[in-house]
Amino acid sequence: MKSLRNFISKIKPHFQEGGKYQKFRSTFDAFETFLFVPDKVTASGSHLRDSIDLKRTMSIVVMALMPALIFGMWNVGFENAKAFGIERTLVQNLGFGFLKVFPIIVVSYVTGLGIEFISAQIRGHEVNEGFLVTGMLIPLIMPVTIPLWMVALATAFAVIIAKEIFGGTGMNILNVALTARAFLFFAYPSRMSGDKVWISGLMDKGTSAVDGFTGATPLASLAQNQPFSHLNASDMFFGFIPGSIGETSKVAIIIGAVILLWTGIASWKIIVSGCLGALSLGFLFNIIHANSYMVVPAYYHLIMGGFAFGIVFMATDPVTASQTETGKWIYGFLIGVMAVLVRVLNPAYPEGVMLAILLMNVWAPLIDYFVVESNINRRLKRVKPAPKI
Amino acid sequence: MSNIIRIKRGLNIKLKGTAEKILVKAGLADKYAIKPADFMDVVPKLTVKENDKVKAGTTLFFDKKSPEIKFTSPVSGTVTAINRGERRGILEIVVSPDSEILYEDFGKANPVELTKEQVIEKLLNSGLWPVIKQRPYATIAHSKDTPKAIFISAFDSAPLAPDYDFVIYGHENEFKTGVQALSKLTTGDINLSVNANSPSLSVFSEIPGTKVYQFSGPHPAGNVGIQIHHINPVNKGEIVWYVNPQDVVLIGRLFAKGIYDATVSVALTGSEVKHPEYFKVIKGCSVGKILHDNILSDKVRCISGNVLTGKTICLEGYLGFYDYQITVIPEGRHFDFLGWALPGLNKFSASRAFFSWLNKSREYILDTNYNGGHRAFVMTGEYDKVLPMDILPQHLLKAILAGDIEKMEKLGIYEVAEEDFALCEFVCTSKMEVQEIIRNGLNMMIKEMN
Repeated sequence: MKSLRNFISKIKPHFQEGGKYQKFRSTFDAFETFLFVPDKVTASGSHLRDSIDLKRTMSIVVMALMPALIFGMWNVGFENAKAFGIERTLVQNLGFGFLKVFPIIVVSYVTGLGIEFISAQIRGHEVNEGFLVTGMLIPLIMPVTIPLWMVALATAFAVIIAKEIFGGTGMNILNVALTARAFLFFAYPSRMSGDKVWISGLMDKGTSAVDGFTGATPLASLAQNQPFSHLNASDMFFGFIPGSIGETSKVAIIIGAVILLWTGIASWKIIVSGCLGALSLGFLFNIIHANSYMVVPAYYHLIMGGFAFGIVFMATDPVTASQTETGKWIYGFLIGVMAVLVRVLNPAYPEGVMLAILLMNVWAPLIDYFVVESNINRRLKRVKPAPKI
Repeated sequence: MSNIIRIKRGLNIKLKGTAEKILVKAGLADKYAIKPADFMDVVPKLTVKENDKVKAGTTLFFDKKSPEIKFTSPVSGTVTAINRGERRGILEIVVSPDSEILYEDFGKANPVELTKEQVIEKLLNSGLWPVIKQRPYATIAHSKDTPKAIFISAFDSAPLAPDYDFVIYGHENEFKTGVQALSKLTTGDINLSVNANSPSLSVFSEIPGTKVYQFSGPHPAGNVGIQIHHINPVNKGEIVWYVNPQDVVLIGRLFAKGIYDATVSVALTGSEVKHPEYFKVIKGCSVGKILHDNILSDKVRCISGNVLTGKTICLEGYLGFYDYQITVIPEGRHFDFLGWALPGLNKFSASRAFFSWLNKSREYILDTNYNGGHRAFVMTGEYDKVLPMDILPQHLLKAILAGDIEKMEKLGIYEVAEEDFALCEFVCTSKMEVQEIIRNGLNMMIKEMN
């Protein structure tokens, strides 16, 4: 490692101000800090700093996504095998899925990081680590049949429009990965919904699935007014269902959630209140009992579709979530409520989680505003005790 | 009679190098210095020149803004240097001590029999007034104000902090006299906060005229700002004062003996110290003699104060006016290959992002590396976990960054000092200079209010 360090130290002056390659300073810096945590020491304020930095934080989130990714790859193979009646081993399924999913990941990272590097270069900033997570999230919320050019287009759209024009990581209002998904959802709806997009191979011309196989996700079938009794809760929990690449297995997502909560990186308040929100509206619908969708047991909402993935990995994005601790309770709860509301009452959109989170991203500053105001009022009340009436 | 206040949010950083409870008489140092930078919002105007002879208690400079506030020499001797920095700002006024210290005589007095004005005058003339600080702004108190209460925190919860029970032991009477003097200065209570986690000296619970509160929980439970917030918070237009217990002893000594005898006990701490123990020294002493042959390596950082709020001094530097602790830790300046990706068994973190949580009991040797690069605010809720106040830290910081005076006021700037936010700075993933931002905010408020 010493020789590598010496080499970097030797070429470093060229990339610093006045050097030959001054223009590529941000890029150089990104690679250098990737390899070595810098030797900079504290100059003012606290002499010691926590070992954590944004790279560590982001890489832990990426780690937390790994179970969902690996299961997702396997499930791509499994669903394909089921659709076409092919016999495959576990490893073969995984390999099949890997070949389908890996290119999407590559395209997402290459596009997004390319834009990140260019904008850091233009601004003269350090390259921010935010995209490490976004770049992994985007593939996981896509159907496996998504054309690669669409992934590139959506990623570019999201990174530029949702993030960079606001000033980069930390300044964005909308969750970047969800913006990418929303872009495709509205621009190319036929590629993002329906029964065929979720299964690798079903979109190809001249193929046909085995008899009786539909490829419909549980949500889609419910939106078509089918009774919930045909759904298998344990399949939905373990993830043997069609869906976006990373969203199907709740077990994998729970492992990820445990990592995020144990390390203290994600807010448990958002996750808990989100589940509470979904359950409460679910129960309320159970009581109202007005149509066949409302009868669906409330807890099904937690294990169907993208709810679990969304609430664990998207709603907890600290930049776009509510920033006050009280606000996080409200923010999470409303995401749960909104998601179920869209699912049950709006048949045009079988899945409501994406829209719920994006909507609450926009509302988060408003929630914070009220929390801040109440803090201010508490402080003012200390001075003048409320007059007795 | 005491009320327990439980602090839940905060963080104890377990460092190696706690001072052993042995008190060593350090003897006279080679040099002593008073550093105007220790005093916030003070513009020094010198009253001595180089080569002037001074006694302990002779005025060295006063504050141009409040000329009654004087800063005096801690020892008798000769003013050997007036060190200046940028734009001729005074850095240090250095005094070489006589072999035997001569004291200015301020007259013995029983504070109980004095009027408020007489007490104030004595404190101002002796140079002990600056030990009294105020909230808002964490500056030296103004002698014309009457605070609504005075606070004394009888324990320090900062990393490796000195044990106040140990350093006050043997000075109980002076402490009591000091409290009597202080009680003349306020119409409200003298609030004494003790550590509920460990049995404290009886001296702290048997002082007539004080209200005792017990605090339990992690750092910053011992910060007086946190205690004020929980006992009697500062609202707009209100003022409270606070004094360190060792300074209360000095006040007591002034009244009992009539002299400014600034002898205090300091804890020499930190992983790079061979024998961490307590030293009896005089305020402003050069630390050279104490550190001589007592440091493990030469790549160290010497801090007057604790690792969170102290100031860097050189190995021959001077103890800060408000500091009772010297900390020596390793200087960083090393690259860490893939440091962000490895398990990090020996990396301390408030989060569990490194596997160091596997071993909870260990004491850490931490160095001064930043451990990352400066970023925009990304994580939220980190600060809230270590700031036990009903204050929204991130919003207050943003109001300061935006220079929004009205918002700062509404969000509680009057209650805070940079030391209360030191842990926020420590845990910050984005490596923000939180304490500096807070100080800038306080300075903005001082400017706005005058």
